Amino acid sequence: MAASDTIGGTPRQRATDYLLRRHRFRMAEALPWLIAIAVFFIFPTRMTFGSQVLVMVMFALSLDLILGYAGIVTLGHAAFFGVGAYTVGLAAARLDWTEPISGLFAAAIAAGLVGFVTGWFLLRYRGLTLLMLTLATAILLQETGNLRSDISGGYDGLPGLTFKPLLGVFDYDLYGHTNYLYALTVLAIIFFFVRRIVYSPFGQALTGIRENVRRMHAIGSPVHRRLVTVYTIAAAIAGVAGALFTQTNAYVTLTVFDFDNSAKVMVMLILGGTGRLYGAFVGAAVYMVLEDYFSKLSPTFWQFGIGLMLVLAVLFTPRGILGLFERIGDYLAERKRS
Amino acid sequence: MRLNGWLGVAAVALTVGGTALAETVKIGVVLPFSGANADLGHQVDKAFDLYVKLHAKDIEPNKIEIIKRDEGPPTGAQAKTVATELITNDKVQILTGFVFSPSAIALAPVVTQAKVPMIIANAGTAWITNLSPYIARLSFSMWHHGYPMGAYAFNKIGCKTAALAYTDFPPGKDSTEAFKTGFEKAGGKVTESIPMGSPVQVPDFTPFFQRIKDAKPDCMYVFIPSGAHATGVTKAYGELGMRKAGVKLIGPMDLIPDNKLQDMGDAAIGTVVMGNYAVDLDNADNKAFNKAWHEAYGKDSYPDFMSAAGWDTMHAIFDAIKKLNGKVEDGSKVIDVMKGWTGNGPRGQVSIDAATRDVVQDEHAMEVIRKPDGKLGIKVLGTTKAVKDECKELKVGRCGS
Repeated sequence: MAASDTIGGTPRQRATDYLLRRHRFRMAEALPWLIAIAVFFIFPTRMTFGSQVLVMVMFALSLDLILGYAGIVTLGHAAFFGVGAYTVGLAAARLDWTEPISGLFAAAIAAGLVGFVTGWFLLRYRGLTLLMLTLATAILLQETGNLRSDISGGYDGLPGLTFKPLLGVFDYDLYGHTNYLYALTVLAIIFFFVRRIVYSPFGQALTGIRENVRRMHAIGSPVHRRLVTVYTIAAAIAGVAGALFTQTNAYVTLTVFDFDNSAKVMVMLILGGTGRLYGAFVGAAVYMVLEDYFSKLSPTFWQFGIGLMLVLAVLFTPRGILGLFERIGDYLAERKRS
Repeated sequence: MRLNGWLGVAAVALTVGGTALAETVKIGVVLPFSGANADLGHQVDKAFDLYVKLHAKDIEPNKIEIIKRDEGPPTGAQAKTVATELITNDKVQILTGFVFSPSAIALAPVVTQAKVPMIIANAGTAWITNLSPYIARLSFSMWHHGYPMGAYAFNKIGCKTAALAYTDFPPGKDSTEAFKTGFEKAGGKVTESIPMGSPVQVPDFTPFFQRIKDAKPDCMYVFIPSGAHATGVTKAYGELGMRKAGVKLIGPMDLIPDNKLQDMGDAAIGTVVMGNYAVDLDNADNKAFNKAWHEAYGKDSYPDFMSAAGWDTMHAIFDAIKKLNGKVEDGSKVIDVMKGWTGNGPRGQVSIDAATRDVVQDEHAMEVIRKPDGKLGIKVLGTTKAVKDECKELKVGRCGS
């Protein structure tokens, strides 16, 4: 901070410089994308799994926006994933609307709307109360689906959904190649959108709310409005992730609303590191790849492996895997200096 | 605990002779091996392993290689991912297992596209076999138990009126729908139909049953997921004194799971269920099956209806391999030789309907009794021969498409 005290003129100028500097694209940020593309060429027979990982990365990214940046603790994020998943599912099964990309937009709008309405009411609360209320939201949506299983297909789901070829050209192959590239492209677009948000003044305000909500009130920041806004955006992104989930699986059941789904995405995010954008990438990828690896190694006892990994992560990397790297980086820099 | 085969990729078959023309058939087994439903997966898996162990010589000089993957929770997504990769990555030629209906439903378009036969060992939603010409089922649909129970209850048990109570998820709705169809066709009258919450937790059944007791129907048809729910049903039924009040407890065989029966006590005696298997079923194949099971897994381990279906599933697959002499590359040929397949197993004679690729089997009305040795057991009251899936015969809902 010493540097910014001497350079630059007005406080406003200094703040702008700070934001621009943080927003600058760093070389290391290309790494996850290069890996994702490399995976496509190295494991051509594993793209079905790859697409699932990308969907979970997107879902975790949407949670990072509210949990990591705004500090909203929720156990009902699957509600928006589910709304998105069912928007494209129901549109395809009941209305014969099978164009995939417009489906994503529809899912974003539907999930965003649900996020806006529930957020408007629920974000007056914090902590445990909010935790229970978000959980209840997801369960209510699930039960509504079960009540009208004539429409939703209930727990047996909506089978045999078919979607039009992507852009009218690319059809879906058994190996999931189209799906993988489709999911990767959508993820890239969403990611750069999220990145813009968190490095904007709006993003800074969210961090402020997370760190000290009273102070934000005191300086006149419209806290509730900001929270509802980010909650709506995160809901819309989760909706897109859900929509991709339905499209890549060509199937959806009410289990997308499960508590498991909300909890798992939170575990992934915390594992990777909250409030640091790439935590979602690292967490979801590490969790799912290990889960896949362990479950092949031992279909019966693999959950032990996952459990052990989580215990170790909590003990040794309280700020996630990326937090651990950061600490190592700091340590090395410290040694260099002394 | 199974010690063998806990390594996920297990080559089970032994090679004997090793002639040059022998083929190795790759079979992908997808069952829930982890979490709350691991028990179900193991009941099927043990039957698979047992069959392979005892019958590997039947398909000589060909052999099989089994690759096991975890089906996960009943979401469809995980099962679809692992099964798709079994096809694309591990190049399996036959898929089997599948405890949960969503898994089979999600996978149907994949097996159609890949032309890989999917032989279902449990998943019971009736219309699954309509989803792909590459699906065959050896287990049951909810209609196999529910529909014949309708006529049996009216004609033999003397139920003129019946109340329905079910756990509110697809098998519950299917089962009660099947019973209602059969019961009303026979001339019975359904007084009310009560959903009893989600399958996730066991509710207190007392308020539901009290409502039925007050309405005084002759019978009460209950569907619950087998296991802890079943104990809860018998307990509430006994405590409310419903049998004395004249309300008979009937249902599909899930009501009296073999491994919970002894804990149920006197309240269970007199319950009549419809089902395709019981450990006490009197036929030569079942006796041999039980003996082999106890030798392999100990005297305290019992097979159940899922194991029986698992055994028959592997039997049908082996017969197909034998008939094609190991040449199973063409999935449609495998399905073709399975159509009309007939075999004897623990359930007696079972066959695959050539038209629907669904199982045809005997259904038994079974009453819970106190056996001479003091333990609870079942007595077969009557048998309906060669029951087809009536849902598809009558074209009910999705079964008609």
